[in-house]
Amino acid sequence: MAEKFDAIVVGAGVSGLAAGYTMAKAGLNVVTIERGQYPGSKNVMGGVLYRHMMDEIIPDFWKEAPLERPIIEQRFWFMGRESAVQTGYKGMEWATPPYNNFTVFRGKFDQWLAKKYVEAGGLLINETVVEDCIVENGKVVGVRTDRPDGDLYADVVILADGVNSILARNLGFHQEWKPNQVALAVMEELKMPAEKIEERFNLNKGMGTTIEIFGDGTLGMVGTAFIYTNKEHISIGCGTLLSQLREKRIKPYELLEYVKQHPIVKPLIDGAEPCEYYAHLIPEGGYDSIPKLYGDGVMVAGDAAQFVNGIHREGSNLGMTSGRFAAETVIFAKKYGEYDERALSRYHDMLYDSYVIKDLKKYRNASHTMEANPDFFNHYIPASNMAMSEMFIVDGKSKYDRQKTAIERITEGRSKIGLVRDIFKVWRAMT
Amino acid sequence: MHVLVCVKQVPDTTEVKMDPKTNTLDRSSAPAIINPYDEHAVEEAVRIKKEFGGRVSIISMGPPQAQDVIRKCIEMGADEGYLLSDRAFAGSDTLATSYIITMGIKKIMEKESVDLVFCGKQAIDGDTAQVGPGIACRLNMPQLTYVEKIESLDLGKKQIVVHRKIDNGYEVVQAKLPCLVTIEKSINDISYSPLPNMIKAARYKAVIWGIKDFEADLSQLGLKGSPTSVRRVFPPPQRNGGEMLKGSIQQVTGILVNSLKGGIIKWQS
Repeated sequence: MAEKFDAIVVGAGVSGLAAGYTMAKAGLNVVTIERGQYPGSKNVMGGVLYRHMMDEIIPDFWKEAPLERPIIEQRFWFMGRESAVQTGYKGMEWATPPYNNFTVFRGKFDQWLAKKYVEAGGLLINETVVEDCIVENGKVVGVRTDRPDGDLYADVVILADGVNSILARNLGFHQEWKPNQVALAVMEELKMPAEKIEERFNLNKGMGTTIEIFGDGTLGMVGTAFIYTNKEHISIGCGTLLSQLREKRIKPYELLEYVKQHPIVKPLIDGAEPCEYYAHLIPEGGYDSIPKLYGDGVMVAGDAAQFVNGIHREGSNLGMTSGRFAAETVIFAKKYGEYDERALSRYHDMLYDSYVIKDLKKYRNASHTMEANPDFFNHYIPASNMAMSEMFIVDGKSKYDRQKTAIERITEGRSKIGLVRDIFKVWRAMT
Repeated sequence: MHVLVCVKQVPDTTEVKMDPKTNTLDRSSAPAIINPYDEHAVEEAVRIKKEFGGRVSIISMGPPQAQDVIRKCIEMGADEGYLLSDRAFAGSDTLATSYIITMGIKKIMEKESVDLVFCGKQAIDGDTAQVGPGIACRLNMPQLTYVEKIESLDLGKKQIVVHRKIDNGYEVVQAKLPCLVTIEKSINDISYSPLPNMIKAARYKAVIWGIKDFEADLSQLGLKGSPTSVRRVFPPPQRNGGEMLKGSIQQVTGILVNSLKGGIIKWQS
């Protein structure tokens, strides 16, 4: 009889490793299977990692983990063709330990987290694809890999196999994602000396900023473009709902090229040397797309469970927390030796009591509202740019007249009631 | 049959970058891998184990993280791995390296006999192909270099017949066991390791030997024992780009045919 593990984790991203680490640390016999050459080799993330959720798993991780820059400023640009209405927040309280969040390179960070997991006693198997769950009498009892003698058995299998989660789909936990449930993100890493980054982005030494760009950065499609500062690199990218790219027949790399050439963006990245190119799907279906999360002997975590809060560009933190909850559920279940659906329902309760599901629920209609109302991106953002421009031109026209024209720009072709209705829609989707 | 394979952890030179200022390898930019020739040597050793029975042991010299390549060899089917790791070994050239690895092999031989020692034909970082033959000399073993096929292996007669790759073909050579063989990539295809090996490897801890485990002559290892000195490192001259032909298809093919003819005529004369 082959060895039976306490748990098998499929996927060594932050969700899977958070689960694996938590179980290994509690003394469980855990094996994590990763299809890439090493953890992080297949992952793409814009680059912002939140401290708090990782601290809950490995306290004070930020003192030793490979991080890029603590973020002290979050900027938002509502971009027009040749202009941008800008807002944001910069706070020095984020410039001191333990910080709020950091830019990271997942290629490095995931390897570090994997090292901690292995040191805690977990087994890591790389370059191995899990093809399916082994199901006996309706219960998941293990996984089948693509290697010779590739079956592996455990009391529980945690599926942290990423956005496409073919394994959860094969179990009937969800259908194939629809094009409006996933975003396609492309990103480039541009090399630039640290001092130059600090000078251009007006940053204290070692500190970082993030810029989220709405409107023209995605050619009016639902999504965002972004610019993040790393130690000696700038990450620039854009992500839009797959359905929108398809509808507008725009290729993602063309969109990124457009962003890079935009007159507001170009000076920031001028002279930087491209060194990596990434593309990845991001689950952005939100609350209504959450699949079945647990069954007999199995739980789903991270991207595989659609745990991404697109509005706040959060994902890795939801992944880590869900991985930890899944692990704690296994640790608890082991006390009683029961791993059926009822025993694992604890995972569901923990998620629904936490920010993970609460946040997703809060924004359940956000991206659907945006998709159904293209005006938010296509009309109001350009109009607000024109209105701002109008208000700040000084050429002898009276301020009263300027204000009138500015308001006309915004309400162009719309009734005042229509405007109020649109504001209400956004308010309802976001609160 | 006990086959001992010498392996080296190297930077993946397909991804390595040169530091343009110092002309040295920027090792941090490339992932560390098992030297590809060594990988084929391990594969061949495991194949022999499957055919004749016996064991495969691995020996390597390097920093503690070189355990990763030993683990890789366990995945491939090796039974045991020894890592020679000590600050005193740092800075060794091929002469000193062959001295240190020979010490390790001799220490293994005190426990169990070794029938064959395999090495990759060379390492992709240094490309010297000197350490294998160096070990053979120090062990006083026959050496068969650039081997692309093991024709036969006779344990009773203690005899091996191999194909050695030469410039235009191969030569068939016979040697007495034990002997040292350096392996070409063409000898086999790397097979996909079974899952139980992967799990064994994930748990595996290599035997680590440092300077204290040997009665070593300190003048023969590390920087002291390395007569090689690097005079200068420079990147190869950049190749001139090809010539771009512009015009209609007829024009371009005309120019191309003419210049090809010119080339051939020049070459013939």
